[in-house]
Amino acid sequence: MTVHGTPGASPGCGSDTPCNIPTGNVVPLLHEILHALERWLDDGEEHAIDLRGIPMAPGEEDHLIETLGEGEIRADLSLTGRSVVLETRFPAVWLVTHYNTDDTIIGRFIEVCEMPAILKSQAEDARAGLEYLESLLSENNLQ
Amino acid sequence: MKKDQTLGETLRRQGVSRRSFLKFCATTASLMALPPSMIPVIAATLEKARRPSVIWLSFQECTGCTESITRSSSASIEDLIFNAISLDYHHTLQAASGSAAEQARETAMQENHGKYILVVDGSIPAANNGYSTIAGISNFDMLKEAAEGAAAIVAVGSCSSFGGIPHANPNPTGAVSVSDLIKDKPIVNVPGCPPIPAVITGVLVQFLTFGLPDLDHLGRPKAFYGQSIHDRCYRRPFYDKGLFADTFDDEGARKGWCLYKLGCKGPTTYNACATEKWNDGTSFPIQSGHPCLGCSEPDFWDAGSFYRSLSTPTENIGKAAVYGIGAGLLAGAVVGSVQRARKQSAVKAHQRVTIDDLDKES
Repeated sequence: MTVHGTPGASPGCGSDTPCNIPTGNVVPLLHEILHALERWLDDGEEHAIDLRGIPMAPGEEDHLIETLGEGEIRADLSLTGRSVVLETRFPAVWLVTHYNTDDTIIGRFIEVCEMPAILKSQAEDARAGLEYLESLLSENNLQ
Repeated sequence: MKKDQTLGETLRRQGVSRRSFLKFCATTASLMALPPSMIPVIAATLEKARRPSVIWLSFQECTGCTESITRSSSASIEDLIFNAISLDYHHTLQAASGSAAEQARETAMQENHGKYILVVDGSIPAANNGYSTIAGISNFDMLKEAAEGAAAIVAVGSCSSFGGIPHANPNPTGAVSVSDLIKDKPIVNVPGCPPIPAVITGVLVQFLTFGLPDLDHLGRPKAFYGQSIHDRCYRRPFYDKGLFADTFDDEGARKGWCLYKLGCKGPTTYNACATEKWNDGTSFPIQSGHPCLGCSEPDFWDAGSFYRSLSTPTENIGKAAVYGIGAGLLAGAVVGSVQRARKQSAVKAHQRVTIDDLDKES
């Protein structure tokens, strides 16, 4: 896996006529993830990086995601538009991608933590589910 | 929908799960350029926020701003927040018409006096009140009346923020902005022709969560207008390397090089287009091969030709790039400063766009 270099250069572009100049943000991001992982292991400190706020040349984000790879967990969430949460091949480093209802990416985060909050069961939803289960049992005389 | 419901209650009643709400907060934090650590704060505050009454007035405008917000995407996440505010008056969107519509506005103003958000798009004709009226009420009178009981005013679009195209030379209606007329209320300018829909939503969310946002010297929220198009442009590395398109069909244009020499106003334009983009995040003008027009800046229509570069980049810019991104940013800031001065002089001179400009023969 190569981390350095010019990711995603378009066909037909030579060294004299570049089509794609990297911003150079991929390697610093990988270092940020490295240090965040160290802090999480030492102190349990969680960290999140908003990829949308960081300028990337075409192909650089793909290059970063390719470098992080995919680990053991992949979760597809059906929310208002889908969301995909996957653990990268570096355990405790998660990639969270949010889509809108037209399946366009509207947010992408790297989270260093035990589990992203959006994956955890939410008390508010559980309360509504509890009421529903109770009414279901009541309606069917299963009490 | 009850008006005393909190946003969290409203969303739950609409079947929006907590996870969807968290997703909305995460993408909103990203939009507002807030660190992800602020997501729980946004969620906690928004959940308890009461649905505000919003009165939307449209004056001398083209309805592009309303088109922008309503066509963001069907059932988008932005819709959540728009379903969760009480939009009590909007000429184009409301079902009521005639006296019933005006009655709705007056009722909303009375019931929510001192608490409602007033959104305005379009400029106000100051030369003669008769140039633009609604139900026989001049724009100026309606604005004054609605502003009196507003908690804050959001001027959506370049027309209400700065006068916009109606204000362009020779400005036959004497068009002025909201802030030219209203001096005693907090005003948030959300310019753009039109503004990005997610930015309009983001400003409302910011108002609900943190109150009035930090504003720049032109009254624009720094969260969305804090950085220039140039500094966020994915073509910026080409600028730093001195690689420019000279015409719309040369090798540089085909290869996606910097559009600075074709008149791009990115260095002097502050907006979120380069990161938020348009058509559900598909693209923005520069990505489509066209220079930024600078539509979120005052007097963009009179600032010389869209296709004439405000100043020619020095040959040293390419060499300066070897000093790294920091040097590049500095160069951008310096050139930006020069361009602003040039732009101001162009405004004063009222340069007209000619056929030659459009053909870009220079």
